[in-house]
Amino acid sequence: MSNSESGTQLSYLQHPGKYKGILSWLLTTDHKRIALLYFYCVIVFFFIAAILGLLMRVELFAPGQTIMGPQTYNGLFTIHGIIMIFVIVIPALPAIFGNFFLPIMLGARDVAFPRLNLFSFYLYLTGAILGVLSQFAGDGPPDTGWTFYVPYSAQSSTNVIFALTAAFVLGFSSILTGLNFIVTIHRLRAPGMGWFKMPLFPWAIYATGWIQVLATPIIGITLLMVIAERVLHIGFFDPALGGDPVLFQHLFWIYSHPAVYIMILPAMGIVTEIFPTFSQKPVFGYTAILISSLAIAFVGYFVWGHHMFTAGISYGSRWFFSFLTFLVAVPSAIKVFNWVSTMYGGSIDLKPPLLYAISFIFLFMIGGFTGITLGAVAADVHVHDTAFVVAHFHYIIFGGMGFATFAGIHYWYPKMFGKMYNNRIANIAWGINFAGFNLLYFPQFIIGIQGMPRRYFDYLPQFQTGQIISTIGGFILFTGLVLMVYNFVRSIKHGAIAPSNPWGGVTLEWQIPSPPPHENFDTIPEIKHPPYFFGNNSNTKNE
Amino acid sequence: MDHEEVHVSSYASLAKVLVALLILTTISVLATGWHLGPITAAVALVIASIKVGTVITYFMHMKFESLFLKLLVTGVFFIFALVIIITFIDYLLR
Amino acid sequence: MTHPDNNSDHMDSQTGKLGMWIFLFTELFLFGGLFLVYAVFRANYSEDFHKAARELNAFIGTLNTVFLLVSSMTVAMSLTAIQKKQKNLALFLVLTTLFLAALFMLNKYFEWSHKFHFKLYPGSEVLKNLPRGELLFFGLYFMMTGLHALHVLVGMVLLSINIVKIQTRRITSQNYLLLENSALYWHLVDLIWIFLFPLLYLIT
Repeated sequence: MSNSESGTQLSYLQHPGKYKGILSWLLTTDHKRIALLYFYCVIVFFFIAAILGLLMRVELFAPGQTIMGPQTYNGLFTIHGIIMIFVIVIPALPAIFGNFFLPIMLGARDVAFPRLNLFSFYLYLTGAILGVLSQFAGDGPPDTGWTFYVPYSAQSSTNVIFALTAAFVLGFSSILTGLNFIVTIHRLRAPGMGWFKMPLFPWAIYATGWIQVLATPIIGITLLMVIAERVLHIGFFDPALGGDPVLFQHLFWIYSHPAVYIMILPAMGIVTEIFPTFSQKPVFGYTAILISSLAIAFVGYFVWGHHMFTAGISYGSRWFFSFLTFLVAVPSAIKVFNWVSTMYGGSIDLKPPLLYAISFIFLFMIGGFTGITLGAVAADVHVHDTAFVVAHFHYIIFGGMGFATFAGIHYWYPKMFGKMYNNRIANIAWGINFAGFNLLYFPQFIIGIQGMPRRYFDYLPQFQTGQIISTIGGFILFTGLVLMVYNFVRSIKHGAIAPSNPWGGVTLEWQIPSPPPHENFDTIPEIKHPPYFFGNNSNTKNE
Repeated sequence: MDHEEVHVSSYASLAKVLVALLILTTISVLATGWHLGPITAAVALVIASIKVGTVITYFMHMKFESLFLKLLVTGVFFIFALVIIITFIDYLLR
Repeated sequence: MTHPDNNSDHMDSQTGKLGMWIFLFTELFLFGGLFLVYAVFRANYSEDFHKAARELNAFIGTLNTVFLLVSSMTVAMSLTAIQKKQKNLALFLVLTTLFLAALFMLNKYFEWSHKFHFKLYPGSEVLKNLPRGELLFFGLYFMMTGLHALHVLVGMVLLSINIVKIQTRRITSQNYLLLENSALYWHLVDLIWIFLFPLLYLIT
């Protein structure tokens, strides 16, 4: 195991490969560089979609038209959803942190199929650009919502096919990434790293990979069917031709529900790495977390109908899906107990990664509990398609996965870039983010229960107070996000040099230099300890 | 490059598998002539499944692959079957 | 468990094979969506499906089934040939596979032309006037056999690449992962047809 601090070895950022200049990035097969390519794209597209969201919030500040008409509003929530779901939250964690850290945490030099990895990135970029182009080509931005429900998606005169194709291409990228990671985990673990010596972030990536591979093709074919409906009038979803629109919903959610586990499992994996490091003790219940990850992936495959309780599915169906939805919450709850227990009795160091990880638990639980509310059929009938649902999924995706992502960036930034960011700015940004986030979304639970529908451009005056608070929260949150990113950008140049192990972590990435060299390890390590071994000072922080 | 023992299927064994598949195909074509009523679909699917299993086991070499891969393929078919069954909880009980 | 050093110059065959199998699973689920749609509408419109299936030529369908089954055997045999260092036999077998694939596509061309001639295609006036179940049957027929035919074409490209590489000795008895994976892909094409055939042609 090498620990060359002195910089005698070139880092992956400077490594002279086969190509020079910009081509050394555009044609790279180094998993770490590919991770950064994804990272920069995700940041750009995230801010685009966030600004679109903010524009929606401005419109909703007052009833009636504020800054845009209804058609524009419909186009906005559609593209906001498409970018956020297909370009950001589904790809980001596997593509950024899975790519950068999976091989390192396994003791490998790269993923199983490095060129396929680069191909995945270009598929991603193509899909993302197609999505953006859907706004500008011919017939106007799609206005169907990111869920493309028929019959409207088959009839809308807007650029629906552009958006469907974008989602298809992005799905293909996701499939290939998942495939790559599964094979990497099976075949490239370092000597001595049995399955149960693997840290929990790789386990999370493993479970996620199976969902990517087995669920995504179904949305692929479904999107093709909608294109066939539009172009060929194939009739599967058109009642006039004998078809069933609810069949679309089945097919759509058979993927899109497991997709949310693609979002959350790596996020849970990240915080599972952060808690032991900042408590300086092993993860509590390694096996329980492992089995819970696999259980969430498996059971999560069979709950899709809870998006369809009011669509006209059979009573037996509603019963079945509600029951399984309650069941799938159990492994998530188990993880929460394990995370808290990891911290209990530990030597807590409240650095920014831990701050975000703890707030992740809080926000994720609110999202989770409200998910249970929605999973109960009788309650769902009341709040389906209201702002309550919008608040629920933003708490889970943004409060959960988003905050876990921020935690991950703050955790692994020193390793990726070789610099330390400013802790004070990070903490202030956290506070603004946390306050802004809750102001933005909590009121939406309330007005949702009171009857405020989702995807509505206009609303009754009694909802305005909640809408105003929410809009203000949105702007506060946006400020916090900008401050957080400013900290990262500024620290690239002005940050202190990062040591190889600023946090005292014990997984393999902390045993190599910051930033890592091109081939990760001088010699492939041989694993002798369990994954979270805080024993004999092998983890000394070097600040 | 791995230098484990690699099983090489003989030409004869592969030809025998083809004969079996052609026989099964013949049966399934003839079966359309028999009046099986409600179990027609089931019979066709059973024969098709046997053919699929045969192709996977012999042509795709699954018989000589690891237990892990065998379990994987079985598991994947199982999950797919579950998806169809669960969808039918809606359609059959509407 | 062997952990080959990650030298991407010479892809470890177990790694490559596992990757290919996982890719096959994705193809299974891609077609699976169409099978699900078929199952739902077959259950709802069984009479119409029986009637519409009579428009399909079971003889051509059976012939195509035989072509694909034989081609599966020939491509499997080509692997044996390469492993036994029988280069010319391997070439012959892969060429035969390609030829059978071409025959399949030729049949498909005739079948589809025949349907188009009678205006039996999605969106046509003739279809619009049929009972709904029959309309849906033809939609499924075209989409399922169309997507399958696309995969046959991809398979033919793969087989062609293999022919070139066998000829130029870049595929040898020590290094045949591409042929093995292409054969797996080809078998998948066969598997999908094995299910399509009875569901579309034999439900009269």
